[in-house]
Amino acid sequence: MSDMKSVYGQGKDNYMLKMRIKSTVLFIWFVILTIICLLPIYVLLINATRSNNEISSGFTLIPSDYFATNFKNMRTLDYAKNAFKPLIGYRNSAIITCSATVLTVFFSALTSYGIHVYDFKLKDISYTFILLIMMVPTQVTSAGFVEFMISLKLHNTYVPLILPAIAAPAVIFFMRSYLKSSFPLDIVEAARIDGSGEFRTFLTIAIPMMKPAIAVQAIFAFVANWNNFYTPSMILIDGDKYKQTLPMMVQAVQSSDKFTDFGIVYTCIALSIVPIVIAYVLLSKWIVGGVALGGVKE
Amino acid sequence: MASAAQRRIKSISYAKYGYIFILPFFLVYFFFQFYPLINTFVLSFHGNDTTVKDYVGFDNYKAILFETDVNYDIIKGKDPSIRDLPAEEKKAARQAEQAKVNTAQQHELFTQSFKNTLILWFGNFIPQIILSLSLAVWFTDAMLKIPGKGFFKIVMYMPNIITAASVAVLFLSLCSESKYGAFNQILHSVGIVEDIESTNSDDFIRFINGKWEPRFVIMFIQTWMWFGNTMIMLMSGIMGINPSLFEAASIDGASSGQVFRKITLPLLSPIMVYTLVTSMIGGLQMFDIPFLFRKAGSDPSEHVRTVAVYIYEKFHTFGTVDASYGYSGAASVCLFIVTLCLGSVTFYLNRDKDAIAKKKQRKKLAQQAKIKNKQFGGLGI
Repeated sequence: MSDMKSVYGQGKDNYMLKMRIKSTVLFIWFVILTIICLLPIYVLLINATRSNNEISSGFTLIPSDYFATNFKNMRTLDYAKNAFKPLIGYRNSAIITCSATVLTVFFSALTSYGIHVYDFKLKDISYTFILLIMMVPTQVTSAGFVEFMISLKLHNTYVPLILPAIAAPAVIFFMRSYLKSSFPLDIVEAARIDGSGEFRTFLTIAIPMMKPAIAVQAIFAFVANWNNFYTPSMILIDGDKYKQTLPMMVQAVQSSDKFTDFGIVYTCIALSIVPIVIAYVLLSKWIVGGVALGGVKE
Repeated sequence: MASAAQRRIKSISYAKYGYIFILPFFLVYFFFQFYPLINTFVLSFHGNDTTVKDYVGFDNYKAILFETDVNYDIIKGKDPSIRDLPAEEKKAARQAEQAKVNTAQQHELFTQSFKNTLILWFGNFIPQIILSLSLAVWFTDAMLKIPGKGFFKIVMYMPNIITAASVAVLFLSLCSESKYGAFNQILHSVGIVEDIESTNSDDFIRFINGKWEPRFVIMFIQTWMWFGNTMIMLMSGIMGINPSLFEAASIDGASSGQVFRKITLPLLSPIMVYTLVTSMIGGLQMFDIPFLFRKAGSDPSEHVRTVAVYIYEKFHTFGTVDASYGYSGAASVCLFIVTLCLGSVTFYLNRDKDAIAKKKQRKKLAQQAKIKNKQFGGLGI
């Protein structure tokens, strides 16, 4: 009896030891990955604080004190000032991103609610259609899209960047799944008995109940629109700096051969990255949770 | 018992509200996405110019998919077949041959960009799935006591939300083939790059203008940006597996490798297929980073141009001479067909098997009922 106990105890000890070693090794591996994830961004921030000469003199992880000079150069030197206007870039990106995000979540909520709550002939067909078109990549339609927008004289305006946000099949798919799991139809009926109109039911009852889904999708729509480089660069083609979005300006910094001062280049990139990183740090919990939710299918 | 009001409400048809609610989506969709899709198809059958030209049938498809033979002797005026022709006819023949050169180039460009897309996709998907899958398994393993799991998850997802254009420019600066490039500086301190002060970019590792170097950099960036996302998707899949299966396996003394092969992987396969296909479709759309890397090369670098970049370059009229909607449209349609095939594979694999079985059963019952009715009808009751 005691023999067995000792054998059992030994096995358990061995097992615990093995797990502890494995945990430690994995912890070190995770730390390495964390460093790989953060290092490029850290180097970016460090290089934004160094002068051109310092950058050429070698690679370091210690910040210098040239950020103010770099920033001033970016604002005053002609070539930099003309290519990269951070405040205008923030403003333009914010206008497009905010309006597109609001349209996406509102109309996706509306559409998914319509499909979930009402019974009509084309209900199943329209939902299948939405699922099908989810797969079509933007690149496939873009040649026709640009040609169409140019023929309508809508290129160089924000209309083709904002209005299409109304049709977001993937968001509808997500919201429909959410409604299915947590929106009982009895509520709609109860609201009808109390004399609420259909739109009022949607606005005052359904939307507050869909808040978690709306929040997650709003964050993702915001990030996607803020980072979008493809659509703005094919629609805003007249090169007017006062219309361009932030990613387009960063691209202009790169494609211009006048930017010989790497301190300024890194400062420009840092300015384009910092807002989204701050937003991420503040909202990371919801974002990571949202990705996980998106992965689980119905 | 339903009250009078409830009964009255039940009798009202609300179908029209359903249509009203989904109408804005469909209006916008047809105007901004469906019509452009049709338009792309139409364009692919028309000529190439900044303004849309005449109908040319399948010429654009032929040009990008099949080789065109160009007889350079005719262009030079040396070919025996045209030597004896009058001057005007000779000129016309040379011009006709010259026109083929552009067509022949399109085939080369398109096939090369398709190859590049495949190379870049494989090179980022394979390391990405290995990394994400192993991380997802370790993160969900309840036996392992690793502190700060939440922190690691958040940090590993972070590269995914940063503007891809900024990431590309950042890496381009770090990869610079001069004394300013951080990577070349590091390689210099190791001794691989010998002359750091050189002004000739040949003396550096050619991270931007080389053939395989920029591809590796792009693969690295894509993996760096996407492994966190894939990891979280796979984690949510693993957490959806019944935990009692893992418990039972550990009681039976299964090793972690056995658990992975016999439980995690088979039960994860639907999500794996989903990840695979979404990643494939995403890979076909790869644009921002290859585009900026291609632009940064001093001579137009063909080694990183993806199909999406090819399409964009063909229709993007400003600044380029050979903006051509026809080739762009034809390439888009090819991309669309590939996507369609991939998409139908996912649909097939992800279809709800229970629902289909039930539907079949219902159909069968209905048929039987029908037959029965007929029989009664036959009896003349």
